[in-house]
Amino acid sequence: MQRIINFILRNRNAFLYSFLALISLVMTVRSHSYHQSKFFNSSKWLSGSIYGTGADISSYFGLREENRRLLEENMELRRILFNSTIDSVQPMDSTMMDFAVLSAKLVKNSFSSPRNYLTINKGKKDGVKQDMGVITTKGILGIVENVSNNYATVQSVLNSKSNINAKIKNTEYFGSLIWEGDDYTIAQLVDIPRLVPLVVGDTIVTGGMSSIFPENIPIGTIKKYDLNASRSFYNIDVELFNDMANIKNVYLIENKNREQIKELEATTTNE
Amino acid sequence: MNNNIFINIIRFVLLILTQVLIFNNLNFMGFINPMVYVIFFYWYPIKGNRALFMIIAFLLGFIIDIFSDTLALNAIASLTVAYARPVLMRFCFGVNYEFQNFSFKNTTKIQRLTLLGLLVLIHHLIFFSLEILSIAHILLILKKVLATGTATLILCTLFSSLFSPKSE
Repeated sequence: MQRIINFILRNRNAFLYSFLALISLVMTVRSHSYHQSKFFNSSKWLSGSIYGTGADISSYFGLREENRRLLEENMELRRILFNSTIDSVQPMDSTMMDFAVLSAKLVKNSFSSPRNYLTINKGKKDGVKQDMGVITTKGILGIVENVSNNYATVQSVLNSKSNINAKIKNTEYFGSLIWEGDDYTIAQLVDIPRLVPLVVGDTIVTGGMSSIFPENIPIGTIKKYDLNASRSFYNIDVELFNDMANIKNVYLIENKNREQIKELEATTTNE
Repeated sequence: MNNNIFINIIRFVLLILTQVLIFNNLNFMGFINPMVYVIFFYWYPIKGNRALFMIIAFLLGFIIDIFSDTLALNAIASLTVAYARPVLMRFCFGVNYEFQNFSFKNTTKIQRLTLLGLLVLIHHLIFFSLEILSIAHILLILKKVLATGTATLILCTLFSSLFSPKSE
C-alpha cells in the first residue's frame, strides 16, 4: 500500500495531466457528434454580458451601414405591400398566426471554425426558445440551440452538425443543406435527385418539410453542381446570400404549431 | 511573491479578455485567429508548483472554450503545453535550466524564440487536429497550424518585447 501511494505521489503530475486531459477529450469528442453542452456555452450570464458589452461598444462603428441595410429592407417590404392585391383588411388576431417573429442583436459571430456558434442578446425573458429559426434580412442564418435568461446561442448554418430542409425555388424538389467546413460563403445542398433540371444561378430556399422555418426563406444561389459517388444524386454548391462575416441584426421565428407537429410525429413513430 | 501572484491574476484576466473580444474576431484572410493567450505559458514563473501551473492552464483554456463555444479544445491544448513546458525548457536552455539562479536574463534571444515557437507549435497542432479530427483533412490542419501559428508567434514576440516583465 505504501508503495502504491508513493508511486502515485511520485507521478502525481502525470496523473493530474491524464485526468484533466481525459475530461477535455471526452468533452471534445462529444462536441463533434452531440448537441452543444447545456452548462458550458457562451449564452451564460458572465460570457454573455462580456460579449454584450463588447458588442455595445463596437456596434457604434457599423451604425451607418446598418441603417442603410434596414432602410433597404423597409423599401423592399413597402414595395411588396403597395403592390399586393390582397385585401388590406386582414384578421390581425395574433393567436391565429402560425409564426411569431422577434428581433435580436448578434453579440458574438464566428465563421472560421468547423462548428460555429453565434450568440444573441435575447433570452428566456424575451421569449426565446430552443429550436427557433434565425434569419437576417437577406436569408437564413441558423437555429437557436441553448437559451439562458438574457442570451442565447445559435447553431449557424456554417456548422458541420447543421442539417436544414431546402428546395429549389418554385419547384417541389427538396434536399438537405449541410456545410462541409472549408468556405464560409458556400454551403452544400445534397439529396437532389439526378432527373431534376438544374441551372447555375437558380435560387435555393427553405423547404416546407421543417417545423422550424417557414417555407420560401431565401438561402442562396447555385454556384456549381455535380453528381455524387453513386451518380444518382446531385452535390450542389450553394453561394449564400448572407455575408456571414458581417451580421448585426437578426430575426427569430417561432413556429407556433411546432409542439403539435412534434407530438404528432412522436405518436406516429411509436405505433 | 505576493506581487507575482497578483501580476499573474491580472495577466490571466486580461489575456482572456483580449483573446475573446479582439483576437477571436480578427479573421485575418478569412480564418486566421491568432491565439495570443499562449504567451501566458511563456510568462508564467519558472519555479512554480507544476501541478498548480497545469490546473491554471486548464482553467485558462476552459474559460476561453466557454466563450468561443469550442468546448475543451483550448483546455486540452493549454494543459498539454503546461505539462510539456519543463521538457521544452530543458531542450532550449540546456543544463543551465537546472541551476538555482536560472532566469530568462541569462539566455539568448534565439533560445527564447525557440521556446515560444515550440509552445505555439504544440498548442496549435493539438488544437487544430482535435478541432477537425479527421485524417482526410490533414492538409487543412497543416495549413491552419502554419498560418495561425505564424500569426500567433509574431504577435507573441511583439507582446513579449512590449510588456517585458521587469521583475524577471
